[in-house]
Amino acid sequence: MSLAHKVHYKTVFDIPKEEFFAPGHGLCAGCTTGTIVKLLLKAAGLNTIVVNPTGCLEVSTTTFPYTAWRVPYIHVAFENAAAVASGIEAAIKALKAKGVIDPNKRINVVVIAGDGGTADIGFQALSGMLERGHKVMYVMYDNEAYMNTGIQRSGTTPQYAWTTTTPVGKVLKGKLQFKKPVAEIVAAHRVPYVATANPAHFLDMMNKFRRGLEVEGPSFIHVLQPCTTGWRFDPRLGIKIARLATETAMWINWELDHGEFRVTVPVPKRKHVKHYIRLQGRFNHLTDADIEEIQKMVDREVERINKIVGKEVIGPVVE
Amino acid sequence: MSEWIRIPLTSNYAAAYAAKDVDVDVVAAYPITPQTPVVERIAEFIANGELQAEMIHVESEHTALSACIGAAATGARVFTATSAQGLELMHELLFIASGLRLPIVMAIAARALSAPLSIWGDYSDVMATRDSSWITMIASTAQEVYDSIIQAYKAAEHSDVLLPAMVAYDGFMMSHTYEPVYVAKDRSIILEFVPKKKPSWNILDPDKPITIGAVGNPDWYYEFKYQQVVAMENSRSVLRQVFEEFSKKFGRWYNFIETYNMDGSDIAILTYGGLYGTAIEAVDIMKKQGLNVGTIKLRVFRPWPEEELLKILKSLKAVIVIDRAISFGAALEGPVAMEVLTSVYKKGLSTALHSYIASIGQRAVMEEDIIAIVKKSLELLEKGVVITEKPVYWGVR
Repeated sequence: MSLAHKVHYKTVFDIPKEEFFAPGHGLCAGCTTGTIVKLLLKAAGLNTIVVNPTGCLEVSTTTFPYTAWRVPYIHVAFENAAAVASGIEAAIKALKAKGVIDPNKRINVVVIAGDGGTADIGFQALSGMLERGHKVMYVMYDNEAYMNTGIQRSGTTPQYAWTTTTPVGKVLKGKLQFKKPVAEIVAAHRVPYVATANPAHFLDMMNKFRRGLEVEGPSFIHVLQPCTTGWRFDPRLGIKIARLATETAMWINWELDHGEFRVTVPVPKRKHVKHYIRLQGRFNHLTDADIEEIQKMVDREVERINKIVGKEVIGPVVE
Repeated sequence: MSEWIRIPLTSNYAAAYAAKDVDVDVVAAYPITPQTPVVERIAEFIANGELQAEMIHVESEHTALSACIGAAATGARVFTATSAQGLELMHELLFIASGLRLPIVMAIAARALSAPLSIWGDYSDVMATRDSSWITMIASTAQEVYDSIIQAYKAAEHSDVLLPAMVAYDGFMMSHTYEPVYVAKDRSIILEFVPKKKPSWNILDPDKPITIGAVGNPDWYYEFKYQQVVAMENSRSVLRQVFEEFSKKFGRWYNFIETYNMDGSDIAILTYGGLYGTAIEAVDIMKKQGLNVGTIKLRVFRPWPEEELLKILKSLKAVIVIDRAISFGAALEGPVAMEVLTSVYKKGLSTALHSYIASIGQRAVMEEDIIAIVKKSLELLEKGVVITEKPVYWGVR
């Protein structure tokens, strides 16, 4: 494939040892956001400006007079990270043209934002940034609810999940609606690079970050981020749950590189979704029959993805 | 005046010329009536190569100011413009721009706020930004729009200030009417006045990483806000220097307030924006009729020009404040009248204050209206009214 790109990270030994995300931040024990950000900065390097809207990551890493960021970092508001990044990218362009910034210096502009700040309140700004074609890599860490304010439903909360605003009661049991397919909506903007990733497959994730930074134009990486407090699981299980998400095909790691679609983590033998669901307290209320219904939904999604790829990249459920 | 050319410009176009002549690096703006021609003219300047800047064609005013914040935080000189609903959509970010101490400059073609929808001029939008910690100037001629924007950059970027600044002018009555304006033949003379140097504020620079927009908990937040109080206070002396330097260099003098026919008159009409021009006409007519009244223009609303104002007010019997916005439910519903009253009371002056509201949603205010307002106030004084209990809602049916 002509568009095949370089694999920067083949093994864990290829990952830089330098840490640009300092320890001592206030993320929860077992929070997988720290894992994602640490690896993101290793992939991006020091010539990177980070834009981070309001959310868990922001409040946990920037309480004055402390900061966990060893790269330039800006937080402005909740709904405008893509807009702020647009301004930064335009300023770099203008100042390079006027010789104020060395025109040969490559400065990455990276947004790291949660699902609320991206898929809900920040969606208009994101769409504008994508349409205008700013060279910004936008990373969305998706913990599937408003975790910073204490687990309220978002547009990316999956169907049936308990949150504090979709409680489990006598009449209603969790969220009624489907999860918004954010990466696919971004892909509809025809930007050069869109991918989904998951910190359990960290080499895959980091290679996607590198690719996102390489392409000319906007890129978007949608990263699943298991949340110990919001999903109600033991803090040590974050990466295990992330891996199960892929192994059950509740989450599929794919990329769309200049229109070429590829599943980057094929799953020849799938696990039943119950292995993913039963580890999480937010799904405690689900009966076996409910879980079978979710399994059917996932089966249909797997079939759709396999059809797009043209071969069976995600196999059948084998217990 | 060989360094200048005199051309017909609307206030909108004068704003665009000023942005071009200070050589802005990034412009992010969204069209809204009556500001739109500002954006269009800047786009033409860029298209013609007269201005080398990145124009971000944003999808909303919220993004316009957000992008300006990002660009200013990267060290670029930025410009935006808006009106009414657009300014309201930016509202949240007005406070962030000033809190982050970014010297953004914005032009505002002042317009009434919905509902009901009105595209017409008044100052509801500008007055609603009162506590956002922006330097706020209100121009009353197109020349003043051009000059004020240049002055605004110099004051905003001063290291003792580092606050954003807005320059407002009447939607339609000024934004869409042509006046002769002197603009620089070559922008180099403007850039000598507002040189582009390495920003004196902290910027997003990979060689010197800093965190901008941190969380301020109760043990720190207050100090950040107090620094803004100090910066706004500093802006008084900085603006004074800027006005003096501007006058020395370019020969056009502006102050915090402007007065007309104040010698020998003990009653003054105080207003702002284009209405000041009408007030001057009215003063001339009254003079011919044997009624000697002066007029005062409020040019700088923030920082509030108390010292300059009191110098005039202390010798007056009465000041008639014509407000162009309503502060609903306030102690005195004319926003500027309330400020004037505070200053008068602070210094224990016995000057009478009569508050009027007029030109709301661009309800026409003619010279004869202003004359009638003065006559009404003379009657009120006769009746012993020192301070109007409520504003007089002039011309409302």
